[in-house]
Amino acid sequence: MAKELKLMKGNEAIAEAAIRSGCDGYFGYPITPQSEVMEHLMAEKPWEKTGMVVLQAESETSSINMVYGGAGVGKKVMTSSSSPGISLMQEGLTYLAGAELPAIVVNVVRGGPGLGTIQPSQADYFQATKGGGHGDYQLFVLAPATVQEMYDFVFLGWEIAFKYRNPVMILSDGAIGQVMEKLYVGDYVPRWTEEELRKNAPWASFGKPADRKHHIITSLELDSAKQEQHNHKLQAKYREMEEKEVRFEAINCDDADYIFVAYGSSARIAEKAMQLGKEKGYKIGILRLITLFPFPKKKIAELSTKVKGMLAVEMSAGQMVEDVRLAAEFRCPVEHFGRYGGIIHTPQEVLEGLEEKIIKRK
Amino acid sequence: MTEEIIIAGFGGQGVLSMGKILAYSGAMQDKEVSWMPSYGPEMRGGTANVSVIISDERISSPIISQFDTAIILNQQSLDKFESSVKPGGVLLYDPNGITNPPKRTDINIYKVAATEKAAELGLAKVFNMIVLGGFLKVKPVVTEEFIEKGLMKSLPERHHGMIPENLKAVQTGKELVQAVHTL
Repeated sequence: MAKELKLMKGNEAIAEAAIRSGCDGYFGYPITPQSEVMEHLMAEKPWEKTGMVVLQAESETSSINMVYGGAGVGKKVMTSSSSPGISLMQEGLTYLAGAELPAIVVNVVRGGPGLGTIQPSQADYFQATKGGGHGDYQLFVLAPATVQEMYDFVFLGWEIAFKYRNPVMILSDGAIGQVMEKLYVGDYVPRWTEEELRKNAPWASFGKPADRKHHIITSLELDSAKQEQHNHKLQAKYREMEEKEVRFEAINCDDADYIFVAYGSSARIAEKAMQLGKEKGYKIGILRLITLFPFPKKKIAELSTKVKGMLAVEMSAGQMVEDVRLAAEFRCPVEHFGRYGGIIHTPQEVLEGLEEKIIKRK
Repeated sequence: MTEEIIIAGFGGQGVLSMGKILAYSGAMQDKEVSWMPSYGPEMRGGTANVSVIISDERISSPIISQFDTAIILNQQSLDKFESSVKPGGVLLYDPNGITNPPKRTDINIYKVAATEKAAELGLAKVFNMIVLGGFLKVKPVVTEEFIEKGLMKSLPERHHGMIPENLKAVQTGKELVQAVHTL
């Protein structure tokens, strides 16, 4: 595949990937710090190139329900927003999960709670991984740390979403959305033809011929016995994801005394802190999470028997750290470090956090 | 080689685009690059700044708080970033509007009177490229050939006619830059 070099913001990379991955429709509503997603789409006019629909809805509630409609007929559809807008979409997300519909939802997280701030944050971890909407459901959550991953994870997102018939969330943040880095883009993947759609999404409601039953897209089942069966099916699917789809990057973990567990921009900052720590003689590794659900429980359990302690680095008051502690099961100390509310921790602060909370721990 | 740079000034001085041209030029020269703007309401009429990293290796954090070079275009930015230059690093500033010049003695300080020169030559539009020229004289992290390629890549084609003027401004900056304090 021909690779072309570009220099782009993370948000623009999401939009570029949508066009190049054969996306059928994007529905969104502007909000900082992710407005460049729709701006780039509007500037590129993909409806003239690939036939992709780009539509500014009247609200986030509307855009997620347009996604529900598009996904119900087997189309590759997506939306993006930032924290307050994603909160508005929670009803739609649990309906998508309940009706087993594939879709990509991008959250370029900003500081909260409430309208909060427009600066970067990672305080939507709970909402993304523990079900921000009601019911027993899981989103498949990918955490890009580079502009290249913002691009690549749209392609990966379609693969996962259609394989498991499940909504995929790309959980980014204002820093990765706004930073401009090198990006290699590939050739355009054509949108599915009607025949391909029928083959790849045979369950979709694309029109009923006389010789088969209706395809019904719904999350409603009033017979509780059937609803329990449906829940069993969903849980089996989530367990399969945990078995097959865990992704992470382990950097210098093999002979490390201490581990930073982090994702997204915090993982980048932690990598710099690791380099600063090396100058002081500390042996630090990084476990960079790529999937937040499924969570790399086994890898953390394995590392917890070998190291002197782990520091969960995240721009929140401590959310992911709970999952790290559960996976480490008290085999080693696990602490949290992070600035929040729109403040980004510096590599120096992260290293000081490790020294104070883990290395000099009494 | 890793060069971690902050460029800071008023919104409208071309701070972000100077960073962009530098980043594009680095990318054209096969370096790893990142460009991280401060964004938000503070940009409107207030201060604007961008961190640019150019490196031969994979860039870890695009968010940094200590800099090899600070390029400073107003007093507020000088007050904010003088202390963030790594010892032995470089502080380059435009003296226009600076009432309290930098005082540190453990860094290299240069000045480039780009505002004055741009007004004199009637080249207000490429003021930021004069500053960039001053920086490249002190720290040649990218070569002139790649500055031209970076301009080609970062400017829309309808503005390619302005490239010679931009390159001339870079040259002017190189001649204009003066050492104030060197180690």
